Amino acid sequence: MTTVPTTTSLAWARRRNAVARFWQRYRSHRAGLYGLAGLALIAALALAAPLVVGDDVQSVTDAPGGALESPSGRFPLGTDQFGRSLLGLLVWGARVSLAVGLLAAALSVAIGTLVGIVAGHYGGWFSTVLMRVTDWFLVMPALVLAIVLATVLSRSMWTVILAIGITSWPTTARLVRAQTIAVESRPYIERARALGGGHGHVMTRHVLPNVMPLVLAQTTLGISTAILTEATLAFLGLGDPTVVSWGGMLQDAREAGAVSAGHWWYLAPPGIAIALVALAFTLCGRAIESVLNPKLGVGR
Amino acid sequence: MTTASTPAEVVRPREVRTAGEASRTTVAYLRHAAGKLGGAAVSLLAVLVTSFFLFRILPGDPVKAMTHGVPTSAEQLATLRRQFSLDLPLWQQFTDYCAKALTGDLGMSYQFRAPVGELIAQKVPATLLLTGVAVVIYSALGLWLGTRSAWRHGSLGDRLNTGVALTLWSVPSFWLGLLLIIVFAVGMGPIPGLFPTGGMESGDTTGFAYVLDVAHHMVLPVLTLVAVGYAQTLLVMRSSLLDEMGGDYLTTARAKGLRDDVVRRRHAVPNALLPTVTMVFINLGHVAAGSILVETVFSWPGLGGLFYQALSVPDLPLVQGLFVVFAGAMILMNLLADLLYPLLDPRVGR
Repeated sequence: MTTVPTTTSLAWARRRNAVARFWQRYRSHRAGLYGLAGLALIAALALAAPLVVGDDVQSVTDAPGGALESPSGRFPLGTDQFGRSLLGLLVWGARVSLAVGLLAAALSVAIGTLVGIVAGHYGGWFSTVLMRVTDWFLVMPALVLAIVLATVLSRSMWTVILAIGITSWPTTARLVRAQTIAVESRPYIERARALGGGHGHVMTRHVLPNVMPLVLAQTTLGISTAILTEATLAFLGLGDPTVVSWGGMLQDAREAGAVSAGHWWYLAPPGIAIALVALAFTLCGRAIESVLNPKLGVGR
Repeated sequence: MTTASTPAEVVRPREVRTAGEASRTTVAYLRHAAGKLGGAAVSLLAVLVTSFFLFRILPGDPVKAMTHGVPTSAEQLATLRRQFSLDLPLWQQFTDYCAKALTGDLGMSYQFRAPVGELIAQKVPATLLLTGVAVVIYSALGLWLGTRSAWRHGSLGDRLNTGVALTLWSVPSFWLGLLLIIVFAVGMGPIPGLFPTGGMESGDTTGFAYVLDVAHHMVLPVLTLVAVGYAQTLLVMRSSLLDEMGGDYLTTARAKGLRDDVVRRRHAVPNALLPTVTMVFINLGHVAAGSILVETVFSWPGLGGLFYQALSVPDLPLVQGLFVVFAGAMILMNLLADLLYPLLDPRVGR
């Protein structure tokens, strides 16, 4: 009875140490810290959006201003063609862009990890078939496939998430498979097998924890790609028409003739927001990657 | 192609091989090539199959998608079905589709009532021109800046280089294009509209003036593609050169008394180029697909613009045809990279 809490507490102490060590090395990457700070700020703003700008910012019917107003004291970024405050929409749009980015990246990494571990663990013809499928997806132009999926399926946020997730997993699958094969050649896996550990046990208790760091780095890098793809799909008119996202705002701006009228204050902010979030995730991802694999030398 | 000058430099060591060795490597190479060709053929077939099922099964009823909410009588629907042979059993549609696709017949566009193959063929040159120029420029720029960055890694210049490239990489290409239009085509404040807002030609010029006119129209789209695209080449070149920089052969080269510049140009860069060459080919495969947004924003009369037009209807046969073309371009370029790589790097494919 007394040994059980001891082993768990030991394990927790080890994990705490590992996290502390990770943080110590992450801290030395200044760009990674900037990225993290930027993300914290944007995430806080997105979470607090209902308090900051109010729930009714998306409403077209009782919009507060006139159509396409220039920036003023009341509307710091001006208004859109429906008279809605662009600053409010920008803050509100962060919610959709971040949510889609996070969920799509999570879906993509989940598929990639599953395929990678299974293919690496079982080997044989099954693995060959899985990897052929992966290779095939890798060759596909991901953006075109995502656009096609979003076209043929119904228009909703979930379609966008699905389209991005399904088209972007192969890189993760390849990386995870390579790592799985490397991990499985170590003696402690043999020990686990000798003690009667089944396939499920080996995959979830031994291989998965070892590929997790790699998966984390992949997720962070994947989110920025996912956010860019979401913006692209929304700009092409394939997003959810009922929600405001940054890509959707750019599409609205183009339709309202902001380009030929030279209304840069309508166009610039959503793009800057997309770029900042994507950059922040990329910086974090690269920092994590170089902490985990100093040989890569990407973040130096 | 940007890398035309590199093979000669990299392949040089092969000349020292004896005849027997050479024939053995030739056989190995042919086997490698046959495998890659087979793989590409399978991929292409898989693209055809997927595109069929993606477009026939997922949207539910293609005819409903075609009429897109416009009230249509049952008779009209039946006529449309017959016209696009959607009334046949699925397996028959599939075999028909495969047989036709293999002869280059990709069906009829709903929107233009013209063969998809013809529509696509008309637009290919414009896309090739725009993206070809852009890829050449951004590969060269990425290689040059990547080399400089890696050689002085950690310096202010390196940090600035990488930072700017990463920032531009995070920018959505269509947004950058729209901003460039506002600033340089519409004109903003003191800046007059210097470039056309879109299209490929003004339509009233011939001969050399026509060439200049097209070049004038190309400036902004190419600038957009280059700005968003060069980061990838830069980062790959930088990290592969960094990998090489620890190599003993560089110390040897320096010990021989070679100048830093020569060590870099003649010893380090050729080796670091290898992964970047693959990258350039993969980029070439991506160009058609990657230009969708830039062509849309600049109303460039190419494949990307056609894809956008097809999407907004949606004109499924045209989308499908373009999907096959984009994926096919990608497979072809990957195949070329696979075939060229062992020639450039004798360690691969033996």
